[in-house]
Amino acid sequence: MSSPAAPVLAASDLVKIYPPASRAGRPSTALAGVSLDLAEGTCLGVVGESGCGKSTLARLLVGLERPTAGTVLLQGQTVTSFRRPELARRLQLVSQDPFSSLNPRLTVSSALTEVLLVHHRVDGKKQAAARVADLLEMVSLGPQFASRLPHEMSGGQAQRVAIARALAAEPQILVLDEPTSALDVSVRAGIVNLLAGLRTDLALSYLFISHDMAVIRQLSDQIGVMYAGRFVERGPWQSVMSEPLHPYTRALLQAVPEPHPDGSLLGGPEGSAEESTEGTLEPGESPAAASAQNGCKYAPRCPIRIDRCLTEEPPLEIVTGAHEAACYRAGVPVEPGDVPAEAGGVGERA
Amino acid sequence: MTDRDVTSAEPVLAIRDLSVGLRARSGVTELIRGVSLDIRPGERVGLVGESGSGKSLTMLAVMGLLASPVAVTGGSVTLGGTQLVGASDRTLRALRGSEIAMVYQDPMTSLDPLQRVGEQIAEGLRAHGVSRHEASERTVAALAEVQLPDPARLARSYPHELSGGMRQRVMIAAALAGNPRLLLADEPTTALDVTIQRQILSLVARIQRARNLAVLWVTHDLGVAAQFVQRLAVMYAGRVVEVGPTTAIFSDPQHPYTAALLDAVPSTTGERAALGQIPGSPPEPGSFPAGCSFASRCRQALPRCTRAEPILEQRPSGVEAACFVPPAEWRA
Amino acid sequence: MAQLAAAEPVAVIRPVASRRSLAARLWRQPSGRAGLIILAVMVLAGLASLAGLVPDNPDAQNPAATLRGPSAAHLFGTDQYGRDVLSRVMAGTVLSLQTALLAVAICAVLGTVGGVAAGYFGGVISSVVTSIADLIFAIPSILLALAIVTGLGAGWQNTAIAVGVSYTPIFIRVVRGPVLAIRNADYVKAAQVLGFSRMRILFRHVLPGVGGILAVQVTLALGWAVLIEASLDFLGLGPPPPAATLGLMVSDGTNIAGIAWWNLAFPAIAVVLLVLGFTLTGDGLRDALDPSTANN
Repeated sequence: MSSPAAPVLAASDLVKIYPPASRAGRPSTALAGVSLDLAEGTCLGVVGESGCGKSTLARLLVGLERPTAGTVLLQGQTVTSFRRPELARRLQLVSQDPFSSLNPRLTVSSALTEVLLVHHRVDGKKQAAARVADLLEMVSLGPQFASRLPHEMSGGQAQRVAIARALAAEPQILVLDEPTSALDVSVRAGIVNLLAGLRTDLALSYLFISHDMAVIRQLSDQIGVMYAGRFVERGPWQSVMSEPLHPYTRALLQAVPEPHPDGSLLGGPEGSAEESTEGTLEPGESPAAASAQNGCKYAPRCPIRIDRCLTEEPPLEIVTGAHEAACYRAGVPVEPGDVPAEAGGVGERA
Repeated sequence: MTDRDVTSAEPVLAIRDLSVGLRARSGVTELIRGVSLDIRPGERVGLVGESGSGKSLTMLAVMGLLASPVAVTGGSVTLGGTQLVGASDRTLRALRGSEIAMVYQDPMTSLDPLQRVGEQIAEGLRAHGVSRHEASERTVAALAEVQLPDPARLARSYPHELSGGMRQRVMIAAALAGNPRLLLADEPTTALDVTIQRQILSLVARIQRARNLAVLWVTHDLGVAAQFVQRLAVMYAGRVVEVGPTTAIFSDPQHPYTAALLDAVPSTTGERAALGQIPGSPPEPGSFPAGCSFASRCRQALPRCTRAEPILEQRPSGVEAACFVPPAEWRA
Repeated sequence: MAQLAAAEPVAVIRPVASRRSLAARLWRQPSGRAGLIILAVMVLAGLASLAGLVPDNPDAQNPAATLRGPSAAHLFGTDQYGRDVLSRVMAGTVLSLQTALLAVAICAVLGTVGGVAAGYFGGVISSVVTSIADLIFAIPSILLALAIVTGLGAGWQNTAIAVGVSYTPIFIRVVRGPVLAIRNADYVKAAQVLGFSRMRILFRHVLPGVGGILAVQVTLALGWAVLIEASLDFLGLGPPPPAATLGLMVSDGTNIAGIAWWNLAFPAIAVVLLVLGFTLTGDGLRDALDPSTANN
């Protein structure tokens, strides 16, 4: 739950527009006005599918890219007012693939030592070696890993090293961009548990980005659902997961293949609800395709849309308690027969 | 078709004691060890496991697509009576596309970026002696069957003009155009968003039922397995450690590895608790330990587990599992 | 992208840890080993010459013993002034090596600076550097070297400058590509987020990734440099006589090849061995650095 204290990280109206890739192309809007508050010591989970802008959000927050418009406040100061190393000591990033985010030529100990020395987190090399061992222990790796090169480790071990490297700078905030998505099931569980433990032990604040509803649920206090460059729903994790308001959130939750066989695809009679809506989401499947229109970006895929949805964009508003949604039909149940009237274009670009 | 019909029918594909190894000067490194699996008409069978478990290699071995120095080192694979292990390239080529078809994870690598998708499907049909006219008709029909809108127009588009989900539909259309009896799928929905994955799975399920197709679906995603397949084989360190009806395995796993794996999967429902973790990491091919490969990570391992190798045995729940310790003991 | 987890079929066979030193891996390559042996022989011959360990003074004329064939006294025979061909070939090898080393030092430094500037900083710098490189590249290198030597005058240093400048564009291209790729690599982005300075990122995270490819290029360039330098000497644009350059010796040897083959053969073989040595070593180095062939 959000604490009454001032947010450690706040973004207001972030917009990111990329210039067209070719002369004939159109500029693409990755973020269309995203605001968020990250309360100290909490985890905000950001979930969405490919192209929804969640990774762009991560890059803007850690300063790898500059927003087209909008501001990011870190502990009340604009991010741009920090010098790079100062920013690094407050905010760190863990990304998806540890094998590409770790320098293949550096051993674990030299990668960690570099961070410790650059940020003056230790006095001299001797202290650094002890601190490297500490950091490895924090991520449940033995001291023997200090001499390993990235390719001498498994994906899970390398991701632990990447987390240790981020922690070496002693930040207060971690931006986690799909940190478990490249990992196997059993390894993923270990990383999720590790992140949960580190947050409590080190009083960290997380912005946790994932496409995986189940993983997001595991770690988040607040969950925000992104679609086509904006939040369409946000609220305490229990409400978002158990009483989703936005039809997109509901579609997303429904699509998650739950690890409990319920026979939904096995013996269902032909023409069941599942079958009849099959394929109807396809034509507008890329949120990017929808970004040109005026109304709600989800409207072309939405089974319960009304005329207003196509002409007017619903703002993100509180519906119940702390639970927000950007939908004129928030909470309206979807009936099996509800199908969007007309499908979008076919020649949609990938 | 009911479950009873499925189990009594002759298998379309019978994998018996299949072993695959990496041949090197220093000897053979075992990658897959004695995998047996039957797939009957109208049956969707899943092959699940983590990286390196050998699930994808099993599939490549069935298709005869292993590349030297990786090769089948033992066992047999029969497709409706035809032995595939050691079959000539010509035999395999004739079977691929007509009897067996395959769908891969990344359609972009299996589609030619410079050729229209319709031509690519038609080309596959023509290779099996279908006339030009019939091939183009069947191509449009195949694209319609996978519910691509305006199939005639879509046939003239290039792969890069399609979204990921549409490309995967094209791949499925191409695979099914030759009217195969068996569809092999290697993580075809892994790179897709969940909403699109859902559509693809229900599409394949519908076509599969309509055609009474046999499907072998390789995935690392236990959720996909739970939702999609009727029978499941769980692989670990190159072996099948548990196989049986999906519902039975998920409700009452008989192998400690399966149980631990299920514990490790987060869910969108139920209580939020710490996920189960499996200590250690899977053995590397080439250093498979003696006895049960999972013993070193297994909380219930007995001394005999590291000495003798358990074989698949029938359990009362209808599942076969390769473990010496009955679940009643390790659940306590 | 979504879960890219468990789908690699043979990814279980991870590359063997290639911690073995580069020299050891090079030695395991047949071409690398052959190249290293040849170069060792030539370098030893050169060092012996520098140390004065030669059968005879390479410039000492002996009118009494001109155009003698190979014998115990003169293993490679003598030339038309009675000078010992072996001693002169050894001295020529030194001159060839020092010219090639200076030339390659010039193009490696200029090329690396240019390539890094173009690849790492991008923008206007990149356009300027690549335009200059393209301009130089458009002129045939032997022609360019000829023009430079004509302008600067004869002398081994000037030959080296000429060869160095004409090969700089190749180095710019060779360095720029990988720098550009590494600059966009995730681990360089990670270094930015970790708050490292640009210079630290450049020297510690980007440049080491170019080292291997640069080493290959340097080795191969040494081979070309020997060849171009010999060609310039052959054309009379190198150091003037009586300097013992291999190119000049080949040129003189050609005129009297009919009556004294050893005057042509031995310097020519020396040139061939030098070029071959560098080329084989460079090929071996490339294979040793290539992860797909390094561990077999």
